[in-house]
Parts: sequence; structure tokens; C-alpha cells
Amino acid sequence: MPQSLEYLKETPSQTAGPYVHIGLAPGAAGFDIYKQELGWDIAGPNARGERIRVEGLVIDGTGSPVKDVLLEAWQANADGIYAHPEHAGAVEEGFRGWGRVITDFTTGEWGFDTVKPGAVPGRNGAVQAPHINLWIVARGINVGLNTRLYFEDETEANAADPVINMIEWENRRQTLIAKRNEKDGKVVYRFVIRLQGENETVFFDI
Amino acid sequence: MLKPGEFYQRDREWHPPAYVPDYKTSVARSPRQALISLENTVSEITGPVFGHNDIDGGDNDLIYNYAKPGESAIGERIILHGRVLDENGRPLPHTLVEIWQANAGGRYRHKKDTYLAPIDPNFGGCGRTLTDENGYYYFRTVKPGAYPWRNWVNNWRPAHIHMSIFGTAFAQRLITQCYFEGDPLIAKCPIVNTIPDPAAIDRLIAPLDLNATIPLDTIAYKFDVVLRGRRSTLFENRLEGN
Repeated sequence: MPQSLEYLKETPSQTAGPYVHIGLAPGAAGFDIYKQELGWDIAGPNARGERIRVEGLVIDGTGSPVKDVLLEAWQANADGIYAHPEHAGAVEEGFRGWGRVITDFTTGEWGFDTVKPGAVPGRNGAVQAPHINLWIVARGINVGLNTRLYFEDETEANAADPVINMIEWENRRQTLIAKRNEKDGKVVYRFVIRLQGENETVFFDI
Repeated sequence: MLKPGEFYQRDREWHPPAYVPDYKTSVARSPRQALISLENTVSEITGPVFGHNDIDGGDNDLIYNYAKPGESAIGERIILHGRVLDENGRPLPHTLVEIWQANAGGRYRHKKDTYLAPIDPNFGGCGRTLTDENGYYYFRTVKPGAYPWRNWVNNWRPAHIHMSIFGTAFAQRLITQCYFEGDPLIAKCPIVNTIPDPAAIDRLIAPLDLNATIPLDTIAYKFDVVLRGRRSTLFENRLEGN
């Protein structure tokens, strides 16, 4: 027997279940308990850059909207800085870059307000196109799914993005591109996530 | 000085696969394409930072955090405590741990739960806390009840507490469930059994911890959580370029 490697094993994942809202968004479950719920304000009042709304749907393999999903978003500010000690640079006061959103129980629609992130450094000196990292949990999802939202109007940056370009199947790359619209004078990006089937969204093992 | 680098790859044979037909809801909600393997960038090695301004001190006491003054939740009083570590065995300080659960009768305070067991007017069913500088956390709550759910005609969930943990990076984000030692429903649960390796299932079962009880007051279970560990960059740091 060789020596043993004394690493611990990661705790295995389990589904968030149908009642994830109780823990992570109790207001949606139907009760008020905390002085403040977390993740409803991603950018804060002082963030520079373009104010945007992101909205969408999560669709299952039967083509139905998933109505009990919870998404978390993680993004850089407009300068491409993450609010984290390992990313050099300062963010605006009140900018956390993290958000939590749940779907409407009737329609499955979800949405959040934020600022459009800037480009961020990639590996080996590359630049990553502006993107929002998303993490999706729900009943029936055994391990949270990671994907990325890129922006339709960042054509050049997207074309050079090392992560998009790593996706071998070029026809699948568009599943990561949110469509830009304007609604009531507000910029809205629409992002439909397909868990399974035709045009299945690209999910990452990060 | 060694800089922390990339996270160890998640062991996908240790975690449950996406598609497990015995857990019926996973059938239509599981991607069929392979996940695209992504080497860490700054987007994955960073993650939200939380502080004591985000939560209240009493948020981790579920027996009282939704109870009317002078009243408390009904059920077996338990302490759930443990440490959040990484795969290198290092504690993760100041990380956010959130839990949610059914009440002692197996009923959730959720507009979508219609189980006939009654709501406890003094029990909300959620709590949150930050680990201390040694990665230690604790909650006080009541032991949740088992409850039936629609999967096969007659499935019952073992008593469990859902737990959400952050770590320092989005790559470490994890949701899991904590079960209790000795529960005969664990082995029969299709959600538990999405996990292929019995050794991995054991990691989700909190043992009775008599040493941590408060005598004549509250019984205790211990539940340690391990998040992904990360390399030290011995020779180069390709992560950030050069």
C-alpha cells in the first residue's frame, strides 16, 4: 500500500428540492422572517455602467417552463472587476455582483436588474467577453448547473471569447447569447435556458 | 509565497449524475449533452463575500426566530453543528451557511406544500449563519419530520435539513441535504440514492453527538461539510496570464 493522500472528499450534492425558497427566498415561500433577504440587489446604487434588466425562462425536456427554479448570478462590475479579494481593483461601494432570483410560480418567468459587466481577464493573457455566471438549482436537478450569459451586442468580444470558442459545436454557442431588446425605455436581455432537448443550453463543469 | 490556484476538479462520479430515472423529476430536468469542462478563470475562483451586516445574530436559532414572544417551535430540540472545510482540510471561515427544513410534523411553511400535517405557528423553517474563524457553525432547531412525496406511489423522505454553502468561490457553491443517523428511510429514498457510492451517502448522515448536547435541554447532531479544495501554484500561475 502506498502512503495515503489525506485529502477530504467534497460533500456530495443533493437537489435543492421544491421548497428551496423557504431557505433562500422566504418571501416567495409566503412568509417574512429576515430583516433582509440576500441577493435582491446585485449592483447597488453606485454602480457605473449601463443599467440593464435580464429576464428569461428555464425550459425542461418536455418544453414546459420550470416554475420552481432558483438562479444565482455572479458578475463583474462595468470595469470588469469582481467584488472579491482575489481580484485586484476596487468596485463601487455597495456593488456585490451577486444575485439570487426565483421564477414566478405561475409562468416560470424570472428577471433581475443589474449593470452590464465589463470584459474580464481570461487565462494566459486572454480577455473574456462580458458575461454573467449563472448557477441553477431546482427540484430534479441533482447538482447545480453552471452556465454563462453573454450579450448579443458584444459581437466582437464574443467572437474572441476563449470560453465560447472552446465549445466544439458552433451551433451550440448561441445558447449562451442573451438577446437584447428595449422595453419601456429599458434595456432588457432575454435568456432562455433549455435544460434538455433541442437547443439544450451549454452547461459547464467548472 | 505560494498563491492559491485552481480548484480541484469536482468528482462527478462521487456526486449524483443528472439523470436518475428513479428520481422521476430528474428525467425531464437533466441535461443530455455532456458538461463542457472549463478550466478556472477569475470568474470561477471568485464569489460573493458576506459579512455580519447581512444577517442577524438570532437567524441561526430556528426554535425562536419565527416564534411569538414567549413561545417556541414544537418538536425534538436539536443542535446541528459542525465545520465547513475544504478538501485540504482547511477550515473556511466567515462563509455563509443557510438551512431550511420541514417542521416536526414533516410540513413545510411554503405555499406549495399541501401535506395534511399542520403548520407550526411558531416555526418558520429557515436559518442562516456565518462560520467563525475556525470554520465552525451551529444552528438550534427542531428535528424535522419525515413526509410523503409523489414519486413512486408511496415514497417518504427521511428526516432532513437542506443546506446551502458558499465558500470563497463560485466554483465551490453547493447545496446538499443533511440526514440523521439511524433513520430507516435513508436507504429507501430515491433522492438519497441518486448518489451512487454508499460511502458518499454516509457523508450526508449526521451522527448523534452526545458531547455537544445541552443536558436536560437539547440533543445534538454533528454535520461537517467539505467544499472543493484548491491547488497552490508551485511553478507558474497560468490562471491570471503571463
